[in-house]
This record gives sequence, C-alpha cells and structure tokens, in this order.
Amino acid sequence: MISFEHVFKRYPERGEALSDLSFEMQAGEMAFLTGHSGAGKSTLLRLIGLLERPSRGQVIVNGRNLAALPRRKIPYHRREVGMIFQDHRLLPDRSVFDNVALPLVVAGLGQREIGRRVRAALDQVGLLSRERATPVALSGGEQQRVGIARAVVGRPPLVLADEPTGNLDPDLSREIFGLFERFHQVGVTLLIATHDLSLVMSMPYRTLTLADGRLANDSGTC
Amino acid sequence: MPKPKTSKRTPHRRSGPRLLDMPGLWANRHLQSAVATLGRLMHTPLPTGMTIAVIGISLALPAALFVVTENLRTMAGGWDQAAAISLFLKQDVDDAGAARLAEQLRARPELAQVHLISREQALNEFRALGGFEDALSQLKSNPLPAVLALYPQAVSSAPERLQALHDELMTLPEADFARMDTLWLQRFQAILDLAQRAVLLLGGLLGLGVLLIVGNTIRLEILNRRIEIEIMELVGATGAFIRRPFLYAGAWYGLLGGLTAWFLVTIAVVLLQQPVSRLATLYRSEFPLTGLGPLAMLVILSGSMLFGLIGSWVAVNRHLRGAEPG
Repeated sequence: MISFEHVFKRYPERGEALSDLSFEMQAGEMAFLTGHSGAGKSTLLRLIGLLERPSRGQVIVNGRNLAALPRRKIPYHRREVGMIFQDHRLLPDRSVFDNVALPLVVAGLGQREIGRRVRAALDQVGLLSRERATPVALSGGEQQRVGIARAVVGRPPLVLADEPTGNLDPDLSREIFGLFERFHQVGVTLLIATHDLSLVMSMPYRTLTLADGRLANDSGTC
Repeated sequence: MPKPKTSKRTPHRRSGPRLLDMPGLWANRHLQSAVATLGRLMHTPLPTGMTIAVIGISLALPAALFVVTENLRTMAGGWDQAAAISLFLKQDVDDAGAARLAEQLRARPELAQVHLISREQALNEFRALGGFEDALSQLKSNPLPAVLALYPQAVSSAPERLQALHDELMTLPEADFARMDTLWLQRFQAILDLAQRAVLLLGGLLGLGVLLIVGNTIRLEILNRRIEIEIMELVGATGAFIRRPFLYAGAWYGLLGGLTAWFLVTIAVVLLQQPVSRLATLYRSEFPLTGLGPLAMLVILSGSMLFGLIGSWVAVNRHLRGAEPG
C-alpha cells in the first residue's frame, strides 16, 4: 500500500527532515509512527498525502508512483487518502454534517448518496445526534471524531492520522484508537503518527520509530 | 440528477464520471454552483449590495450618456426633412416666374426635390403662424418673396458640394439670396458622432473599473476563505471546483450591477419624461424620450457580466494556484 524508497526531504530553512528513508506497508495493515517532535513524522505523512513532494527518492502509494503524478491528478489521489489532523481542520461556520460531507461534495456525489454516507460515517464515530451542531459547540474529543468521520466518509483505502490524540485526555485517546482498530478490522490501511507511547505499547501493532529523519526502529516488519 | 444512473455509476466514481454522463453532470454542477454562489452573495446583503451599487453607478453613467446621444440623434433625424438650401427670389419675380425657375431646377441631377413656396402661400403661412394678422392686413401688397426649398440628392449633400451649389444659385438673375440650412445640422451630427465615440470610450473605461472592483472583491473573498479553500484542497477538491464559485460570484456581481445600471437609467428617463415633453410643447413639437432599448440592455447586461467574469478570473488566477505540493 505504501512504499518509501530512499526518500529524502530537505527544507531550505530547516535542513533535512527525512534522510534515506525506506519502508513498506501492506494493504490492510495498521501501524504507528512515533518519534520525538521534529523527527519527521508529519513530513512523512505529508509526502503520502502529496501535500509535499520528496527532494529525492520514490514514494509509491496504492501502486501509484507519486513523483509521476501530474498536478491535476493530485485531487484524485487525495480522495483515496483520508487525513486526520491534530487540530482537526474543521470549518467552524459549517455544521458537523456539512464538514463530514465535504469530501463527497467535492467529489461531486448526489445529495441522496451524500446524506446516506455522511450519516453512516457519523454513526460509526457515535455523533449521529450532533449532525446539526457546529464544531465550536463540540468538545475536543467530539471535534476529533468529526475529523475522523470526514477522513473515512469517502471510504478511502488508506487513512493517515497526525497526532490525532495530541490534545485529548487518556480516556478519549483510547476511544479514538478504538475507532481506528474498528477501521483496521474492515480492511482499511492506517498509519497513525503519535507520541502517546503508553497507548502504542498497549496495542499489538507495528511501530515505526523515526529519529532525525531516519528510521530508527521498526518493530515487526511484515 | 439522473437518479437511475446514480447506482450504476458509483463504481466508476473514483476514476471520475464516465464520458457519456459528462454533459448532464457538468451542466448540473454548474447550475448548482451558480445558484449556491448567488445564495452565498445574498447571505451577506450589505457588502454584496454595496459592490453591486458601485458597479451599477459606474455603468449607469455611460448608459445615461448613451440614452442622451440616442435621443438627440432621433431629434436631429426629424430635422433631416428640412431643406438643404432655401433660395429666396427677388420681389419682382412673380409666381409664374418662380414656377418656371422651379421647373428648370428640377431638371438638375443633383437635386432630388424642389419645393416652391409661392408668395401667396408664404403670406398665408406667416399669417397662420405668427399672429401678425393685424399687421399684415395693414399692408397693401405682399411683402414676402417666393421661396424655393431645394432638397439635394444624398450624394450631393456633402458640405463642400452644397457650398458650390449655393454659390452657383446666387448667380441666378432671379435669386435674391440663398441660405444653407443644413450645414449646422451636419455639424451637429458630427458632434453627436463624437459624443457617441466618447460614450464608447467612457463605457470601456468604466468597464475596466468594474473589472477592478470585481477583481478586488473576489481577491478579498479568496483571502477570507483561505482556510476553507485549504481544507477543500486537502479532501481532494480539484482546482476547477474551488475556482468555480468565485468565477460565478464575479459574473453575478457584473450581471446584478448591469441590472442596477439599467434600473437607474430607466428611472432617470421616467423622471425626465414630463419636463422634456413640456419643453417640447414649448417648441411646438412632440418629443417622446426613449430609454434603453432591448438591444442596449442586452449589451449592458452581457458586457457587465463579461467584465465581472474577467475581473474574477484575473483574481482567481492570481490568488488560487490549486493543490500544489511544496
């Protein structure tokens, strides 16, 4: 599903964020990505979602070499990658329903299909009753669940999460990770960047550890 | 949305819509986007209204000048019936002599028409017109000369040819003097042509103003919705999808501004109708003021819409670059 081959990413102002990174993830796999801040976790996820391009090396996602992907095809790639952020990235002036519907609206689906899928996604994250609320009226954990619903509503084969529980207390974090496990069980590939090590340890999944832009440890190569 | 097709199309959704479904889908999306954009504009009535008013007033100015020149042109058109040259005959030429001269002049190829106003007719006309009844009845003889009103052919009505004709007529033994009547009319028409050209220039200039107004409004809107645009790009919106509402907003601003301009000019025409017809009555004539015709309205609306669209297009291309990985 994901393949990195000798990937380098250099920022002109910060220097090297990733250097010579190579790893693979199979379809349907769930893995954690850990490492101290600035180790390159976010950069790695941004390369997969094609928010950025590598300076050198190849990134292949879902059988597609991202380096060869022309600009106009980028939106279609992003529709196949659900992205979850620490700060949720929700539209504050739109209802929960509209926020979750955004990927489907953007993809040009019909009203009826959108309604059906949005409610299914909200049901999965347990927020079906809050579809008319605006994100501001929700708690941090609820907002993050809206973000998750938005990431999965388009049924992407791959979901990326960047510190999804960064602002949440342990109970809520456990709840969010429980959701991820459920997606994993239905065959979604998940890569979750987190530094919630205790939670990572308590779950039986592969963990990739980055240090200074290199792969320092890979527990359980498949 | 063609419902029966929806379920069939779902598996293809990821690779984009199928070619056969494209026209309907495309039109549908555009319609949706156009209506949604109008809804969004109406959601903030005050700023939207102000932008539209600025556009409307800018366009009302050249449109009003156009109405003025068009009306002057119609008015001048009515005077085209006037004779180009009036040839006043000497007092001692009697009506029979005048008729003979008229006959001679009719034979000339450059004259389309020669109209004889005999001394008797002139007197009657003068009587009817001026209220000089009493004064005229005091006179023993008719003091008015016979007049020949000459209407040249269209090709011979150029000022220099009229002048030549005029000079030649002056040498006729029967002629007292000849007056050129339409030279001033031609000058007036030339001024009107100039004015119309000025209206066109002004229209172009203010159209450019509309372009800038809309461009700036759209630029601010793009900046205001920066976060929303980023999120839409994140979830896979194409550049076209993001640009579309802004382009529609520009077109709406233009169209509604054009409508406002039309409305303002029409109101002005209605308000001026009465004073103008009173003035016309004082000049013993009738002059119905005409407003913007359907063609002019079409030009204003489509032109302002086009300017709005171009303005937003420029802004969108400058400020929206689409999903661009760093």
